[in-house]
Amino acid sequence: MSSQPNQNAEDAHHAHSHGHEASHGTMKSYITGFVLAVILTAIPFWLVMAKVFENPAVTAALVMAFAVVQIIVHMVYFLHMNTKSEGGWTILALIFTVVVIAIALSGSLWVMHHLNTNMMPMTPEMMKNMP
Amino acid sequence: MTDTHIHAPQDGDEPIFYQVEDHHPEGSTMLGFWLYLMSDCLIFACLFAIYAVLGRNYAAGPSPADLFDLPLVAINTAMLLFSSITYGFAMLMMEKGNKRAMLLWLAITGLFGAVFIGLELYEFIHLIHEGAGPQRSAFLSAFFTLVGTHGLHVTFGLIWLVTLMVQVGKYGLIEENKRRLMCLSMFWHFLDVIWIGVFSFVYLMGVL
Repeated sequence: MSSQPNQNAEDAHHAHSHGHEASHGTMKSYITGFVLAVILTAIPFWLVMAKVFENPAVTAALVMAFAVVQIIVHMVYFLHMNTKSEGGWTILALIFTVVVIAIALSGSLWVMHHLNTNMMPMTPEMMKNMP
Repeated sequence: MTDTHIHAPQDGDEPIFYQVEDHHPEGSTMLGFWLYLMSDCLIFACLFAIYAVLGRNYAAGPSPADLFDLPLVAINTAMLLFSSITYGFAMLMMEKGNKRAMLLWLAITGLFGAVFIGLELYEFIHLIHEGAGPQRSAFLSAFFTLVGTHGLHVTFGLIWLVTLMVQVGKYGLIEENKRRLMCLSMFWHFLDVIWIGVFSFVYLMGVL
């Protein structure tokens, strides 16, 4: 009975020091992250503004790919994401969020695209009398 | 016999039903704040989904290619990126216990954030002045909602930043202030992550 509170206090202290270590970067990691982020931002802007590729679909795919890589760079170097912080709970929450986002985004696009293509065609008269 | 101990304590054996903690374990705050950020992420995901669905419904109005000024967006992106790295420097100074340098880096971060908000407001006012306000088309409604929500987050981040600068100035780099600064750090970097999605998906892909 008497050893119980001590045990808990020790646990709390352990959690404390772990959180402390996990949530800080070093000068080197911040600079690395910043340089990578600048490169990963500059390339998509250049691709779009200089119209490097004729086909917009290629540019769009590249822009999205660079965005995903840059998000990962920010997560690792600025938000100090790793599989160990908080005993793995942060990465678990992140994975869950990514899954929900993937379902919401792809589901919305899929459903709304089919809704658009399967709509009955409207005549200009019908359009005029729209509420 | 631990159960009987709790329900019927012996004489002189004080039962402990709850614990009084003099300081909050930092780990749980960080995890809780991370969970908040993840839920905020879902709000933005919904707004991105709305923009993805409605982004091409111009109602015979202007399209992104007519409206968006990419050099301005590039400057805005640079502002937010600079503010991210300066906040990182502030956190490093906090670790070293250098209060003055930390406050200086926080002030620079706030300045970059304020320039970002200023440029975004200029862009919004310019758009509304051109007749491309949020009521013009579904595309513009979705655009203003998504980018405006991000801008509001940055605005509240700025208010939080100034509050913490005052707090640190008044009470110094105490444990509570360090915890708050770390929460704001996560919030600030998170907003930069959202902005990556905004400039890639809304601005760059919009003008293609």
